[in-house]
Amino acid sequence: MTAAPEIVLDGPAIAATLDQMALAIATKFKPSTPVALVGIRRGGVPLAEALGARLSAQHRRNVLRGAVDITLYRDDAATALPNPLIGRSDIAFELAERVIVLVDDVLYTGRTVRAALDALLDYGRPKAVSLAVLIDRGHRELPIAADFIGLSLDTEADARVEVVMGPEGPERVELRRR
Amino acid sequence: MKPAARHLLGIEDLDPREIVQFLDTAEVFFDVSRRRVRKVPTLRGKTVINLFYEASTRTRTSFELAGKRLSADVVNISASSSSASKGESLYDTLKTLEAMRPDVIVVRHPHSGAPHFIARHTQAGVVNAGDGTHEHPTQALLDAFTIRRAKGRIGELVVTIAGDIAHSRVARSNIHLLTRLGARVRVCAPRTLLPVGVEALGAEVFTDFDAALEGADVVMMLRIQHERLTEALIPSTREYSRTYGLTAKRLSAARPDAIVMHPGPMNRGVEIDPSVADGRQSVILDQVEAGVALRMAVLYLLAAEVGQSPLT
Repeated sequence: MTAAPEIVLDGPAIAATLDQMALAIATKFKPSTPVALVGIRRGGVPLAEALGARLSAQHRRNVLRGAVDITLYRDDAATALPNPLIGRSDIAFELAERVIVLVDDVLYTGRTVRAALDALLDYGRPKAVSLAVLIDRGHRELPIAADFIGLSLDTEADARVEVVMGPEGPERVELRRR
Repeated sequence: MKPAARHLLGIEDLDPREIVQFLDTAEVFFDVSRRRVRKVPTLRGKTVINLFYEASTRTRTSFELAGKRLSADVVNISASSSSASKGESLYDTLKTLEAMRPDVIVVRHPHSGAPHFIARHTQAGVVNAGDGTHEHPTQALLDAFTIRRAKGRIGELVVTIAGDIAHSRVARSNIHLLTRLGARVRVCAPRTLLPVGVEALGAEVFTDFDAALEGADVVMMLRIQHERLTEALIPSTREYSRTYGLTAKRLSAARPDAIVMHPGPMNRGVEIDPSVADGRQSVILDQVEAGVALRMAVLYLLAAEVGQSPLT
């Protein structure tokens, strides 16, 4: 029997965490630096939206937004179950001379980020790429690290961390222990 | 018997949900084909063999590019330059290729049913790239993809297919597909070029071209397949062109926003006037572009199925 999930972050805590992350991004990059937020489908896209809205409202920084789908770039793409639900990648701007902040909900093995980097670089050559995640839960299998972290969480490898999305964006973060 | 999902042998085997899945997946690959880097690493390490026993430029090139844009290794074999010309049977050619462990075999063959024979004797996925007068499923799928992009839908559209219906695997696959997705399909040809029992496939039959064009949303022209004509079924090419050639004047009977399609190769001045082929309503080159994306979707969906049952 699995225990009830522990609420790691509730709605207000997520909002406060995103405020801090937006502040960190606005501080790190000068206003003259063109920045774009690219969410990794699917969990990263609403977070990129939320961060973009905060950069605009709280820091008067208008940043472009895009999305990458990693289905075709997964390292198990050729052996995993066929996934007919490939999302559309949506990067409607030139990457050259731009700083890209990849955004995802949970950083775990790092394999998703590796795939997202490859997908992103097929669209062009950004000036730099950094990584923003709401939760870093450890257990990396590749040498990948985030630049902006909402919350670092100690987890067992077989635990599950889920950012539950509502119509208005992220609603809560749940941790399920096995 | 319904073949396993690792093969695409004909539209007749597909239900509407499966057809739409191919079309939706192709949308993603259409995006990829328009990027600066027109390649994804998805099928790295997979091998695709194009086995062509009939002449083909468009289809073979399209499958080759589709495989390469998915990062698969693609090998092309044409019968004229293969051991088949030295008398090797299809079975022996297949067993030889099988020993090289391909993941997908794309086959075009003058005999109807050859891809089904291959599918029964290989562990690879098999795609029918045209078998005799039977089916050409990827052509029908790319046609549907092109129609859907141009018209936003397929259901309820009036689609007129005119030309050598009797010998056309393109017509057969298209009739299966379009009727399954709810289009109203008309076929039009002289009686000698209409297959027996075509009504049973759900198409409305016309011999008067002008009547067949009346109010059409889509006009699909087919060439006369001289290589498959064993007897004189039309009085002369000139006579045929006069009665069944698509001119701008004739096309005006169709809806003003009708699109004109042709699977190629075209015989300009015979079944289609150059002014129509190159005209505003023509989507003939869109069909070619769609072909690569659609075939990427087919290879992607099939190869992933093949990956489920590792070759032994």
